[in-house]
Amino acid sequence: MNKPENDTALTPSDASGKLIELRGVSKSFDGEPVLKNFNLYIRDKEFVTLLGPSGCGKTTTLRLIGGFETPDEGSIIFEGKDITDVPPHARQVNTVFQRYALFPHLNVYDNIAFGLRLKKLPKTEIDERVHKMLDMVMLKGFERRKVSSLSGGQQQRVAIARSLINEPRVLLLDEPLGALDLKLRKDMQKELKSIQQAIGITFIYVTHDQEEALSMSDIIVVMSDGEIQQIGTPTDIYNEPKNAFVADFIGESNILDGTMLADCKVKFAGHTFTCVDSGFAPNESVDVVVRPEDVDVVEPGKGMLTGTVTSVTFKGVHYEIIVDIKGFKWMIQSTDYVSEGATIGVYIEPEAIHIMKKSKYSGMFGDYSSYSDELEELSNAEEEEEE
Amino acid sequence: MKKKRNLMQSIAAAPHIAWAVLFILMPLFIVIYYAFTDADGAFSFENVTGLSEYASIFGLSIELSVIATFICLLIGYPLAYIIARSKPKHQKLFLMLLMLPMWTNLLIRTYSIMAIFDDGGFLNSLLGTEWHIIGTKGAVIFGMVYDFLPYMVLPIYTCISKIDPKMWEAAADLGCNTTRTLTRVIFPLSVSGIISGVTMVFVPSISTFYISQKLGGGTFELIGDTIERQFVSNALNTGAAISLVMMVLILISLSIMNRFGEEEGEVIV
Repeated sequence: MNKPENDTALTPSDASGKLIELRGVSKSFDGEPVLKNFNLYIRDKEFVTLLGPSGCGKTTTLRLIGGFETPDEGSIIFEGKDITDVPPHARQVNTVFQRYALFPHLNVYDNIAFGLRLKKLPKTEIDERVHKMLDMVMLKGFERRKVSSLSGGQQQRVAIARSLINEPRVLLLDEPLGALDLKLRKDMQKELKSIQQAIGITFIYVTHDQEEALSMSDIIVVMSDGEIQQIGTPTDIYNEPKNAFVADFIGESNILDGTMLADCKVKFAGHTFTCVDSGFAPNESVDVVVRPEDVDVVEPGKGMLTGTVTSVTFKGVHYEIIVDIKGFKWMIQSTDYVSEGATIGVYIEPEAIHIMKKSKYSGMFGDYSSYSDELEELSNAEEEEEE
Repeated sequence: MKKKRNLMQSIAAAPHIAWAVLFILMPLFIVIYYAFTDADGAFSFENVTGLSEYASIFGLSIELSVIATFICLLIGYPLAYIIARSKPKHQKLFLMLLMLPMWTNLLIRTYSIMAIFDDGGFLNSLLGTEWHIIGTKGAVIFGMVYDFLPYMVLPIYTCISKIDPKMWEAAADLGCNTTRTLTRVIFPLSVSGIISGVTMVFVPSISTFYISQKLGGGTFELIGDTIERQFVSNALNTGAAISLVMMVLILISLSIMNRFGEEEGEVIV
């Protein structure tokens, strides 16, 4: 399973529902490969999120579907037809751009009516449909406003309305909420999801924000280094990450080296645990994932492991506790307070242990020895700047 | 602290203010003074009221410079567009080529055109023809276009290259082919560049005198020539009056054009 396969979450036999398919697509910029033999299909009416760090190729994938890039190799299929060389204006796909790309010389009404006017529809029909859109994105009364006078959230709504009025089969969204503040982001997430459900078309959504992906998507495609790491529902991706990269990128994870002694018996951190995974070779080396919220803090000696608390941070809902257990720093989330320097016991239920095959990402993630909030924020900021 | 800063600011601004007063305001007042006085220095409206005899010259100047400006726009817009859309490396080269003629003095360039188009000039001897070009309106218009084209291209180029590249993609995404992207999005967004380009070509065209003298072959006179003639023959008052009227005319036409530009924006908006 070192090489991620694409079809584990989706049954390949379900060919009828395929709306868009990328077959063996490769793309490089200036000799730098961005997508490597990329295979993906997306079914009709789904909310699919392409999730990954900057530079993973997610935006390029979106631009290939939109028609703004052509693949070096491979083809793009839409409803069984090859559209690899079809220009953007002839595709049944519309895009909401990262910074909206509204036309500054047009007001809100004319921005939204833009696509329909090109189709030379009768004025009354255009008017009716624009007002329906304005209704949907809750911008009634903003018709004559200049787009530059709108707030980020309002511009976002105009961009969505401008795309959806063309009744595309697929709406592509390139980090559309990236420029909004947290509160607005949350509201827009709900709104986007309900719009998608109301009009019943496919949304392909690009983001590096795992929380956004988890809360909105039907299917998440986790990408890294131009390759798909895992495809699945949000629950699958969170509970059954396929490798260390996915486990680390989606949520917080303690990832340890382990040995699979037998089915449902795994040894890590110097202790043999009972788990629920099976099907590994005897004594196979594996990566073990334990989510911080699944670790229970108990009295020293009463748990399976014992460690020393090195830092405690209050996070509102819970405390974030870093515990040193035999030199490995664990992150534990607990609602109970423990003091720094205290010795605690750690208890892990069999269901909380997830076993993964070794991959090229093994050993790169999952240790919190150098962890700090500041660093985390820095790396997030970097990601947001790019693309 | 705040006051000190203001003092510093005024010290820094002083040379510019002095310059503006010495070389912009003073000359303007001198022109106005001469325009409204007679040869003896007495107040008089005669210079201005007597200008009606120059009406046809004004008309011809406006005609030729409007045509030249229009041709500059026709050539300049596509050129600016092509440069703005080419690779950054090529952009520099194109801009260099465009600016290159400007390194040569305008007068010298005008003389060279004369040498090329003269009755016994380079072109006719090369082709063995007897075209009479110098002395026609066409030659003057050609001279204006040749001399002032860069002033049309540069502001439009700047304007187009500042347009968010996503605009092309957004237009294509919403159903525009290349032509429609141009007419519906890019052209409206470059109106401000067009307005400054038109201004920068129209103003020197309407006030030129050497182009009409050299390439017009002395057969007709533009308003620039008239002003020059007045000053050379020491008729300062008439010269000043014509200059003043022309300044006012240019101001009026510019404000109309700016208004038009805004409305253009509004209409499309």
